[in-house]
Amino acid sequence: MTTLEGKRRDPRVALAGTLLLAVALALAPFAVGAGAGIAWVRVIDFALLYIMLALGLNIVVGFAGLLDLGYIAFYAVGAYLYALLSSPHLAGAFPSLAPGLHWPIWAILPLGALVAGAFGVILGAPTLRLRGDYLAIVTLGFGEIIRIFMNNLNRPVNLTNGPQGITQIDPIGIGGVSFGRTLDVFGIGLPSVYLYYYLFLGATLLVVFVSIRLEDSRIGRAWVAIREDEIAAKACGINTRNIKLLAFAMGASFGGVAGGLFAGFQQFVSPESFTLMESVMVLCMVVLGGMGHIPGVIFGGILLTLLPEALRYGAGPVQTALFGKVLVPPESLRMLLFGLALILVMLYRPAGLWPSAIRRREFAGAGNSPENGAGSERE
Amino acid sequence: MLKVRELRVSYGGISAVKSIDFDVADGELVCLIGANGAGKTSTLKALARMLPAHGEIRYRGDDIVHWPAHRLIGEGLALVPEGRGVFARLSIAENLAMGAYCRSDTSAIEADLARVYDLLPRLKERAGQLAGTLSGGEQQMLAIGRALMGRPKLLLLDEPSMGLAPIMVQKVYDVIRSVAADGMTILLVEQNAKLALSVSTRGYVMESGRITLADSAAMLLDNPGVREAYLGGD
Repeated sequence: MTTLEGKRRDPRVALAGTLLLAVALALAPFAVGAGAGIAWVRVIDFALLYIMLALGLNIVVGFAGLLDLGYIAFYAVGAYLYALLSSPHLAGAFPSLAPGLHWPIWAILPLGALVAGAFGVILGAPTLRLRGDYLAIVTLGFGEIIRIFMNNLNRPVNLTNGPQGITQIDPIGIGGVSFGRTLDVFGIGLPSVYLYYYLFLGATLLVVFVSIRLEDSRIGRAWVAIREDEIAAKACGINTRNIKLLAFAMGASFGGVAGGLFAGFQQFVSPESFTLMESVMVLCMVVLGGMGHIPGVIFGGILLTLLPEALRYGAGPVQTALFGKVLVPPESLRMLLFGLALILVMLYRPAGLWPSAIRRREFAGAGNSPENGAGSERE
Repeated sequence: MLKVRELRVSYGGISAVKSIDFDVADGELVCLIGANGAGKTSTLKALARMLPAHGEIRYRGDDIVHWPAHRLIGEGLALVPEGRGVFARLSIAENLAMGAYCRSDTSAIEADLARVYDLLPRLKERAGQLAGTLSGGEQQMLAIGRALMGRPKLLLLDEPSMGLAPIMVQKVYDVIRSVAADGMTILLVEQNAKLALSVSTRGYVMESGRITLADSAAMLLDNPGVREAYLGGD
């Protein structure tokens, strides 16, 4: 589909911009690590994971218009799959599997995408006739069901180790290089979080690429048509059932990949990481950034990962400077300010911080766009 | 073209359409008129396979009563849904392109697009504008244009005058008239009986789920019962 994204840029400018961005992305961990400390590189690693999640949810919510409040379940499925297939844990329940399974990452991630996609279909199939609030309720329930399963599947056979979670997960390794410890490249020591940064960056770029291609495809157009009017979409010859299931499956598979990476990165998974709050957070990234608009969603993912961390680190010192002591514990203040920020954004930028041109115009009100007629903005 | 026998539609336990028979021949414009709740829209939705139905719907020889809705447009059966159903956040051009979603004959699509723009010049002027920003009448025309982009053989129109200002109703009906004049077979469902009969060749009158009268449009316009009930009498 053609976008209304404004004029095409000069190809040389575009190339220079791309190169600049590539250099910036490549040097980012060094700059951040030197400037703000290695803890912040870790935050950026998480930001990349959240971008993948947000882009996955964007397919379901932004493109197909299906409100999903249980999206984190697919992240959990991917994470637990990695945990089971790459740790000694299963040897406990099945002694024949000693010393546990230790599959390579290139086998687990595609499988994770597939299994999560299958879970997406499992969620999608019974909810095909639901929309809006009702769909939200069912998906919310689905997310909780998965979490509760993870919490309780330690009996009769210890699959998930219940609330204690699975530990001793292998760090991600590619071709004998483990991402779990510092790697020496030509005398430069690359700490583990730097290595994960590059891995996650690669995965994120892949997810962005797939998202863009999907948006421009026949499938992407079918999703948008379903979002806009399901009956009309059917009348146009779209198999709405299959296309909706595909949206759930595609979105879920992104979540499954992100989950696998998360498990290898943390080397520990527990049900606590997959609460409703996490689903809400990812949804906020999508809505706040600009539903259905890929750059906006990426921006939302970065912002909503960095903002709470900045508030966590900043709230204490700022209070000390202002009042001479810490009045409100940073942890409580963090969520308070975060909530306030969300409300302000929704009041003043209801289409999101960086919406697509179409949504911006829609929210700006009807009747102000005849000047866009004649196809002047179109390719 | 279309042959409907013993068509029944029910919502839960309530039957909305109680075994009706009717036909639409090639090139005809047939209307289905009746009061609110008579079962007209249910009939049309059943034909477009948006509602489960029983009985027989013969479309060009095939019984389509159990077909999935998305198959119809490829077979030349297009629905213009009640309440227009344009894709509000897509542009006019994108809406029209969606009408040709199932086609891959690019050059023929281009030609059809040119034809639709000829028929509806207002849309061409505003091709890049979002469909949601159009007036009701323009949206109705866009919905008709989108259906035509599927190259239908039979066009199902559901209440095209609903919620429109009288002047726009006239304009929409001018479009319907000219589409019919090009030889399109049309089944028109309409509450505004006088208007519908004025463009139709034949008409059926529906009352609480049954067809109570079937005649040529001219005879129905003259029928005292119809005049009394639907044409405001005189």
